[in-house]
Amino acid sequence: MTWQMKLYLATSCLTASALALAEPFPSTYAPLASQPTLIENAVILTGTGERLEGASLLMDGGKLSFVGAGDAPDDALRIDAGGRWVTPGLIDIHSHLGVYPSPGTWAHSDGNEMINPATPNVWAEHSIWPQDPGFSRALAGGVTAMQILPGSGNLIGGRGVTVKNVYSTSYQGMKFPGAPHGMKMACGENPKRVYGRDKRTAPMTRMGNVAGYRAQWIAAQKYRDDWDEYEAKRAEGDEDATAPTRDLKLETLAGVLRGDILVHMHCYRADEMMTILDMADEFGYAVSTFHHGVEAYKIAQELAEEGVCGALWADWWGFKMEAYDGIQENIALVDRPEGGCAIVHSDSSEGIQRLNQEAAKAMARGQRMGLDIPPERAIRWVTGNPAKAMGILDQTGTLEAGKMADVVLWSGNPFSVYTQADQVWIDGALVYDRADPAMQPVSDFELGQLQGVSQ
Amino acid sequence: MKRISKILICSFAVLALPAATADILIRGATVHSMTSKGTLENTDVLVRKGNIYRMGKRLSVSGPDHVVIDAEGRPLTPGLFAGMTSIGLTEVSAVDESVDNALESIEISPMRPEFDVTSAYNPHSSLVPVTRIEGHSFTLLSASPSSSLFGGQGRMAALDGTYDALFGEPVLFINIGGSAAGVAGGSRAGLWMLLQQAMDEASRAPEDNVSPLLTSRGRATLARFADAGTVVFSVHRASDILQVIRHADKFGVKAVISGGAEAWMVAETLAKADVPVLLNPLQNLPSSFDALGSRLDNAAILHAAGVKIAFSGAGSHNARKLRQMAGNAVTHGLPHDAALAALTRNPAEIFGVEDHQGSIEKGRPANLVLWSADPLEVTTLAERVVINGIDIPMTSRQTELRDRYAPEQPSMPRAYIKP
Repeated sequence: MTWQMKLYLATSCLTASALALAEPFPSTYAPLASQPTLIENAVILTGTGERLEGASLLMDGGKLSFVGAGDAPDDALRIDAGGRWVTPGLIDIHSHLGVYPSPGTWAHSDGNEMINPATPNVWAEHSIWPQDPGFSRALAGGVTAMQILPGSGNLIGGRGVTVKNVYSTSYQGMKFPGAPHGMKMACGENPKRVYGRDKRTAPMTRMGNVAGYRAQWIAAQKYRDDWDEYEAKRAEGDEDATAPTRDLKLETLAGVLRGDILVHMHCYRADEMMTILDMADEFGYAVSTFHHGVEAYKIAQELAEEGVCGALWADWWGFKMEAYDGIQENIALVDRPEGGCAIVHSDSSEGIQRLNQEAAKAMARGQRMGLDIPPERAIRWVTGNPAKAMGILDQTGTLEAGKMADVVLWSGNPFSVYTQADQVWIDGALVYDRADPAMQPVSDFELGQLQGVSQ
Repeated sequence: MKRISKILICSFAVLALPAATADILIRGATVHSMTSKGTLENTDVLVRKGNIYRMGKRLSVSGPDHVVIDAEGRPLTPGLFAGMTSIGLTEVSAVDESVDNALESIEISPMRPEFDVTSAYNPHSSLVPVTRIEGHSFTLLSASPSSSLFGGQGRMAALDGTYDALFGEPVLFINIGGSAAGVAGGSRAGLWMLLQQAMDEASRAPEDNVSPLLTSRGRATLARFADAGTVVFSVHRASDILQVIRHADKFGVKAVISGGAEAWMVAETLAKADVPVLLNPLQNLPSSFDALGSRLDNAAILHAAGVKIAFSGAGSHNARKLRQMAGNAVTHGLPHDAALAALTRNPAEIFGVEDHQGSIEKGRPANLVLWSADPLEVTTLAERVVINGIDIPMTSRQTELRDRYAPEQPSMPRAYIKP
């Protein structure tokens, strides 16, 4: 073997190894071109719990330069809010846009790989149809980022992905740079219905559900340890160490155990959530968020103490047994304890368009039972809290200098049914303007439909 | 002795009087009458024997048995329509044995228009209090199409929690469109073919050599509806809506469109044919190829064209969302009064029950809601609800769960907290 050949092989090996380490399907998202933009004379809800009156903010180079008061460069576009309200871009932690898009045909129904109760190997992003008209509707509702999750038919449904709400021909072009993956898991009725009742295979019961998760975590711990051992040997200079065989299922689960992937757990009943928290302790991982959590109010204190968020609806209930105890004060009660982390989520192509209204309903219910929930507190349910639970709070979710300029200018108080998003910016670029049809995106699917119908 | 017997009679009367006969005086409300009288400021409403007895200024009640509510200028509206629902027909959607709003396929005769959901109505369903304390006083019990283009029949129900809740004439439900075509050989043209055949059978029994679609009861049912009965057609696509108008005229039925995502595209025709539309004003996505024209100002366009609209489509458990839906219709161009009418007077008129529900008018049954503020605003709550003259307790299974879990550190298990 010539030295050139040796060098070539060595280089190839290095390249291959580097590729294996790099995140596959990387984000190609780049902020759109923007100009410095100053919004003045606004009521600003920062998403940190503050409300600033007569305030201004500056977006420059895709970031927030200041929030409150400051000097704008001469070339900045100046927008007089005239007392209108400004909030961070809204974030939906639970969306199926793209994986269950409109129109709802079999051909596009790509959210639930229900062939095995544990499919941590599937990634929701590989199912996203970027032409879902739902993205444009969510944008008109002020949503600037969302987590797109697999469905809940399986105990472990696969990886979720966080995207910026900007149309692209590929999901990579939407993928939120640096956002960790989520992993969807599900409690309760769905897995036992899909497998036990409909397919006569495990799990058939809730105890079967738990046995199913635990078996996966045991395998994942071994997989993680095998890889750790291999990496340690390599680090010690052991050239002969052989890498364990890659396993896509266990790779995702090991990512959770290492804290790189965040667990988003569909779970309705309070008692089941308590079981899951014990299981997480057993295997040494953390649950980021319980999703749906129709009974979360029954364990609000426990959730707050564990630092687990509840991603909840304002008023959905009753569609199945585990949703029978829903109350309209759920969000406000989960928000109540010190450290409580309440999130308004949609799970719906309609709900994602009105996260502010859903938060308003929950706020009103909390106020009615005597809880002190001003708008500056409630806005956190659809901004800062979901950003925290998705691992992107250091980048977005609140209006603070240095963060991504993901901003909504509302026509009025966003906690009103009559208020609409007037303008939306993502990374400082104007991506939606209610008054300007040219600044309202239309997906490929909708383009050119209903020819001859006067709009 | 005389005095004692008087007291006895009096207490007997108090004990024996059903709630609906207690006088209720609501003082100083902003009354949205939904009649030609419009909105009446600072007005009192007196309810006696279940009906609106008087409306005016400075009304008074006497005697021990009455309720006085100070509205302090807040809005008083008629009880709201809850839409087409299966309230009282469904407890938990995914618990089959608690769901009675649809007839699955049965061997003999594929089409059963005679199926009538109202015999399954349970006034004690938890959905009744959950819905009414949000200001909804009546709903159209609907028969959901399952394995037939005919869903069956339903009727209006008052959410008063009584066994006598049903009122109005029977309504027939028919499903049209792409998703329904599966029960008609895979083509929506097959739906019209079968419907025509069924209507033919209703007017004359089928010949011996043809296998019939209907039972004799089914024929009698359709014959009855062919005499100007009200038929709700679930349909979205504009071209299908035009077919409904044409066929309804031919069959002699009074058509109501339900869904109508593309109704705005044929608004003028609907207005001319006097065909009303029950719609979900939040529908703005092309959820199917039948609904490509979905848009948020559907309600506003229809109303402007003179089509009578009502809101529906929030489901049964969350029917209370209709109010929010109406508010959004206002945001997208529908006048506020028209949105309120679409939750009150319009659905009552569409189904011929305007003497019972949908307005506040002297002599009519008292169906009233006092609101904390603008009834179409999402932060507004219903404060008092009167249905058929009954002062409704503002409790439900959900408020009791709330009150059980409201205390932060109870000393005993919460099972001992029984609000």
